[in-house]
Amino acid sequence: MSDLSELYQDVIIDHSQHPRNFREIAGAQSAEGYNPLCGDRVKVYVAMEDDRVTDASFTGAACAICTASASMMTQAVRDKPRADVGSLFERFHDLLTQPHGEDEPEDETLGELASLGGVRRFPMRVKCATLPWHTLKAALNQQPEPVTTE
Amino acid sequence: MSSTLHTTRPTQGAKFDAHRIRADFPVLAQRVNGKPLVYLDNAATSQKPQPVLDAVMAFYREYNANVHRGLHTLSTRATEAYENARAKAARFVNAAHADEIVFTRGTTESINLVAHAFGQSNLRPGDEVLVTTMEHHSNIVPWQLVCQATGATLKAAPIDDRGELMLDAFAELVTDRTRIVAVTHVSNALGTINPIAKIAALAHARGAMVLVDGAQAAPHLPIDVQALDADFYAFSGHKVFGPTGIGVLYGKADLLLAMPPYQGGGEMIRSVTFAKTTYKDPPARFEAGTPNIAGAIGLGASIDYVEAIGFDAIAAHERDLSAYAQEQLSAVPRLRLIGTAEHKAGVFSFVIEGAHAHDVTTILDAEGVAVRGGHHCAQPVMDRFGVPATSRASLAFYNTRADIDALVAAIAKVQQVFK
Repeated sequence: MSDLSELYQDVIIDHSQHPRNFREIAGAQSAEGYNPLCGDRVKVYVAMEDDRVTDASFTGAACAICTASASMMTQAVRDKPRADVGSLFERFHDLLTQPHGEDEPEDETLGELASLGGVRRFPMRVKCATLPWHTLKAALNQQPEPVTTE
Repeated sequence: MSSTLHTTRPTQGAKFDAHRIRADFPVLAQRVNGKPLVYLDNAATSQKPQPVLDAVMAFYREYNANVHRGLHTLSTRATEAYENARAKAARFVNAAHADEIVFTRGTTESINLVAHAFGQSNLRPGDEVLVTTMEHHSNIVPWQLVCQATGATLKAAPIDDRGELMLDAFAELVTDRTRIVAVTHVSNALGTINPIAKIAALAHARGAMVLVDGAQAAPHLPIDVQALDADFYAFSGHKVFGPTGIGVLYGKADLLLAMPPYQGGGEMIRSVTFAKTTYKDPPARFEAGTPNIAGAIGLGASIDYVEAIGFDAIAAHERDLSAYAQEQLSAVPRLRLIGTAEHKAGVFSFVIEGAHAHDVTTILDAEGVAVRGGHHCAQPVMDRFGVPATSRASLAFYNTRADIDALVAAIAKVQQVFK
């Protein structure tokens, strides 16, 4: 598989064209993420109950990598304790930034998110994939300032 | 003098031949991601021909010394070459005198210099600075800063759906309160060529001074600051096939003479005591510290190179290539061109339905095609057209129809991915 077809796998294109949980959540904690150079803009909503994510969603306009990452993220963090969200982000970040052997299998615990592993061959695009996650973190921390990964 | 031994003539015959021209640009002869490089990001920066590389190398290898300071042989040679470059820049924009040319780091610094030195001493609360909606951030933010500092107001003239300046609305915005009109000659995001002479006449009729951002014009159009009646004209070396870190500010002699310094330091003073310092006349007054000597010499070589080809030949080739690009891109389904002014340079901003500019850039790059994706430092333009970002293919005289074909083929790949 070429680097490009690994980057734009069908599952990523599907999430970018049909984003899941692409909606607001009234009354939920939220934060904004914006990368001014490329124009990616997301708003992430997270509903909590007893330190557990009961629902997560996002809105905005962004590139395929950012949109797919946000879409998969909102599915992955649902029903997770807050602490697990933090460790999931760490493993996802490693997926994008750590050296990886050609035939080495991706971290299975990441589920569908592992499909974004192809981003590691495009260092300029890591910021696209991580923007929703940093924004989620800001929403969890109720941080008022917009987030950027540029 | 040995700097003149290094030929700065392009290797070309009487007839313009883009393929022969390309041979002068070493960087173009490479493969990127396994594909021949198709360089269409010239509005960001242009590539450098061998004579420019040679001129820079010759300075460092043969006569590197500081300018205007030493009496020794190398310093004399360096000074001659540096001042020779100033004379070339003066000729390039048809300035009346070489002393009207100030070397800067680039267009951005040229504009900041005027905003600071002219703006700070001439703007009062209630005064207005007028720009247009199509300006690059570097022709907006320096004016915002000086307006904040002086209490003046910044206004922006609108553009229409084709990306042309609305001249009637512009004329109404020029009032007796307008002190400075700052406008781009060619839009970096849209390619629009503005009617500078008309704009200058409107501004001057109300007593306003005119600064022209010529960064995108210099590689494409012959510039005549006297015919345009521009008070200030700024451009960058790296966009006219010269080095980065060198730029030009042209200013009318009387305006420059009346301006206070921009930065203090060596080279710009006449005498210094702790009680009082007096300054040299322009341009030295505005060139504090050791300048970018190699950059200026490289710029001189690039000006020689461009002038040897000639703007008639360049314009004819780019007109043909632009018409071809316009025709080919217009035929691509689900592609919208942003910026369709009647008079425009070879800049093609576009959006593809269902594909973000960033994804477009990545896929094009995988095909060896270098374009820019983003807001092009012109967010007000993006807002005007309601898009977060565009992809932009921008031409230079070394581009060919084959480059356009490669672009169109790569766009087809984008559309395969984002069906």
